[in-house]
Amino acid sequence: MSNKTQQPDGHPEDSPEQASQPRRLAVLAQVPESLLETAWHELTDKPVITRLRGPETGLLMVRGRAGGCGQQFNLGEVPVTRATVCLADTTPGYGFVLGQRARHAELIARFDALVAEGSRAAEIKHAVVVPAAHYRDRADAAMRERAEATRVDFSTLVRGR
Amino acid sequence: MYATIKGGEAAIDNAHQWLADERRGDRAVPELTTPQIYEQMGRAVDRVMIEGSLADPALAAVALKQAQGDVAEAVFLLRAYRNTLPRLGYTEPLDTRAMCLERRITPVFKDAPGGQMLGPTFDYTHRLLDFDFASCSEPGSAARATPDHDDPAVPVTERLVAEGFIEPEVPDDSQAVADITRESLALPAGRDARLQALARGDEGFLLGLAYSTQRGYGGHKIYAGEIRQGEVAVSFVPDELGFAVDIGRMTLTECQVLTPEQTDSDRGPGLARGYGLAFGRGERKALCMALLDRSLQARERGERIDAPAQDEDYVLGHLDGVRAAGFLEHLKLPHYVDFQAELATLRSLGQSASEETDDSNREDTA
Repeated sequence: MSNKTQQPDGHPEDSPEQASQPRRLAVLAQVPESLLETAWHELTDKPVITRLRGPETGLLMVRGRAGGCGQQFNLGEVPVTRATVCLADTTPGYGFVLGQRARHAELIARFDALVAEGSRAAEIKHAVVVPAAHYRDRADAAMRERAEATRVDFSTLVRGR
Repeated sequence: MYATIKGGEAAIDNAHQWLADERRGDRAVPELTTPQIYEQMGRAVDRVMIEGSLADPALAAVALKQAQGDVAEAVFLLRAYRNTLPRLGYTEPLDTRAMCLERRITPVFKDAPGGQMLGPTFDYTHRLLDFDFASCSEPGSAARATPDHDDPAVPVTERLVAEGFIEPEVPDDSQAVADITRESLALPAGRDARLQALARGDEGFLLGLAYSTQRGYGGHKIYAGEIRQGEVAVSFVPDELGFAVDIGRMTLTECQVLTPEQTDSDRGPGLARGYGLAFGRGERKALCMALLDRSLQARERGERIDAPAQDEDYVLGHLDGVRAAGFLEHLKLPHYVDFQAELATLRSLGQSASEETDDSNREDTA
């Protein structure tokens, strides 16, 4: 489930610059759509993109584990939107994102295809993937800092003496 | 038995038109937007997502607006909407250990590794009505502090397993996972089906039952071992890719409760645990779920079953709010035929009773 276990290329903590496909798909799905929209808007020399599938929304049943680590159970569903596109040279790109977010899924798929195709990979990583990873890391850091400010150390008073 | 009715179309249309008008209320007051609902009524949105069994704040906000804030009605709307979307698959099991924590408390240990963080909680508020909210509230942003250490928040249950006080959870991922949205719940239910049913269950019903265990109806001494709240990555394996992809994150609340083993348990001394997990910040719900997961272990633990909260037929059979409300509210539909039949029976009984009286009177006079 964590990035550590799902990296098929054996690089659990590859940098945003390396941005293997699972990592870039994860990063692009975890940032606001507006960030990708702006990046797409600012992209020069936009490629011809063909939609192969979707964007379409369906449901995933979310699974948990009893006790956090035991027997699996079905918690409830969540909408997911997926899109598949391809470039003129048939390089496919995939986008998956939680929620009914057609545009977000489509943008992920476009950027995924552009990185996968290779010739503009460095440019796209620099323009989109790395800033998105930084955005997400900043958001995580902000959450940790807010939580830290609520760190509590209760002391116990001995009663009845 | 319920006999079908027809007619009334014009009255029904006009009633619904009035409902829409009344839902909008005074036109001089600005209309609510759904982002206002999911941004500012988050706990209501969470409850609708949990019981509606569909984790999407935007959809839950629409449901709440349409239902005029009636949570049970909004849950019904979300469940119905869920049926219109195709199921694309199952996620990988959530890794709550890797949660990006906003809140983590360990009421049983003062110094659990990773420490305790209160997060955005109602706990320790004074519950005094604050009239600032009647006008406008513009609070400052949340305080921040730089974490000065990086101790992982290891679940307290791991420590208790290591000490031999509780049995480890042993996952067997080769087993099919019960899905009560696909196959109706069979009793006795496995823990997977039980947890799914509890997760979807009505919070009010679960709260009452969980409270009953605390008051001694099938109860144990209960400790909240750990509550954690925060964001967890959701991932699944698309067929076309063949490897797991993170598709975003969701806020979840997880709760583990601990109970000393009952003396009549056949498992000997130790602790037993219950587990609760809820979408969003549904902390009360997760806690109730954990208590009931524990009380419903009575059968498999060989404990005496003498209270409602230990009876899975009773609990799992009545916890679904949509099902319960639907059956209850059908009483409002016309039951003319049924009731006429009741009256006919009563009249004939009354007639025969009076005939008997007449007969006995006649005998008396004879």
